[in-house]
Amino acid sequence: MTDWHVTIVVDPTRCDGHGICHELFPERVSIDRWGYPVVAEGDIPPALFDHARHAVNECPRLALHLLERSR
Amino acid sequence: MTRTATRRGERDASRSVPGPPGAPRLLLGLESAARPIALSEHLATWGPLHVNGRRDLCDQVEASGLVGHGGAWFPVATKWRAVAGRGRRPVVVANGAEGEPASAKDALLLSRAPHLVLDGAAAAAVATGAKRAVVYTGAHSAATVQTALDERRWAGIDPVAIEVAIAPDAFLAGQESAVVGVLNGRGDPAPSFSAVQSIRDRGVGGRPTLVQNVETLAHVGLIARFGAAWFRSVGGADCPGTMLLTVTGRWPEPSVVEAPLGSPLRDAIHLTPADAAHYQGALLGGYGGTWVTMDTLLGLSLSESAARRAHATLGAGVVALLPRHVCPVAEVARVVAYMRTQGAGQCGPCVHGLAALAGQLGALAHGAPLRGRPRQVEEILEVCALVEGRGACRHPDGVARFVRSACSVFAADLSAHLRGVPCTPSPVAGTLPLPAHGGRRRASAPGARR
Repeated sequence: MTDWHVTIVVDPTRCDGHGICHELFPERVSIDRWGYPVVAEGDIPPALFDHARHAVNECPRLALHLLERSR
Repeated sequence: MTRTATRRGERDASRSVPGPPGAPRLLLGLESAARPIALSEHLATWGPLHVNGRRDLCDQVEASGLVGHGGAWFPVATKWRAVAGRGRRPVVVANGAEGEPASAKDALLLSRAPHLVLDGAAAAAVATGAKRAVVYTGAHSAATVQTALDERRWAGIDPVAIEVAIAPDAFLAGQESAVVGVLNGRGDPAPSFSAVQSIRDRGVGGRPTLVQNVETLAHVGLIARFGAAWFRSVGGADCPGTMLLTVTGRWPEPSVVEAPLGSPLRDAIHLTPADAAHYQGALLGGYGGTWVTMDTLLGLSLSESAARRAHATLGAGVVALLPRHVCPVAEVARVVAYMRTQGAGQCGPCVHGLAALAGQLGALAHGAPLRGRPRQVEEILEVCALVEGRGACRHPDGVARFVRSACSVFAADLSAHLRGVPCTPSPVAGTLPLPAHGGRRRASAPGARR
């Protein structure tokens, strides 16, 4: 069975620090002192996939991406 | 009788590999003339180079163990194979931008031994199937390179068209994806996010692009003549050949030296323990590099693996010695203020993080005693952690490495500044080399240029 590993990636050249990702996905995204996202290391558990997708889709700069890979 | 036999034996041993023995190699013959080596002199020293139709070049370079001398230490043959055979003819860029203010080796090669670099560029082009090569260099060397190219055109020796392009005077000008951006018509150099794979696929003019440092190409020019065994006849088994080092902080400066890899670093830069007592530390690799104590420096062997074991990097070969009479806190603050202006201004962690570091270090160096903020050094390290690994490129990581290592090597000085103890003797700033213009101020809003 394929085991999927999903992480969230920020393109820092697009991000303007709106902070919406933190509001929608606080479980994995915190913000630094300047308002830019800090993504927790490690794979996102499947129970949080919906939150992750929501954060990715709502980013006004389209700066977030889900990175999926199988191991 | 015995002596003659020994001498003959030595001579035979040196004759077993063709080409001039020992070191220097790249700097051979440069001491005598303070001007560019003309093509005729170059050919008299090194002999002709035939690269056309040479299918063995990539294998020779691979067998030589040559790695990149621009700072990344990446195997050259691996890079060549990544751009060759992609279906489109690649472009070769000889990278002489040398945005690092403390480095002077690339400018020395281009202004004094341009033909060695051009030989390497031609060889790299043949090996990768490129029909076009570009020498990307600061304005200071462009005329010399153009004159050398004119000589070669008259002699009809280059199998590919080689042209000159001017690199902007900026720290990031030599970063691979920034090089491609500038050559594709982008004004300010700005690295791309995760771009390494893409320039090997789509770079200058949309073609697969090989960006190779000019010192690396100068080594290629000699490997193409004398072969891998000759290249490996100097240096260590796992770090063959020689490298150029730029030494600053002592007269005459900057001085560029060439030394066999694997030799003691102190011998390479002619530093005795007695000399070392005049310095309070050394910066290895450049302004994205690492401060080390003089004891560490004296014990290092000249190889990237040895430097990494000491949590440092040789980078592009900068050894900046910091004399005892200079305030290290003021020097570090000065460089960080410069590095802040040299970011591409394209991501938040870099723009805000480097501004914060420059402010904190400036206050420590020149401000009133920070009695109310005993945690100032810890706060500086916290900002380092906030920028590391979060930038669009490695610029903020380099600054963080520079600052962290300074906090460790100069801990006593930082603590004295925190307590308001005046520097003894009076602080002298301006030892670490910076461009005369002090760095252009860049648009600071992330996303201002996209």
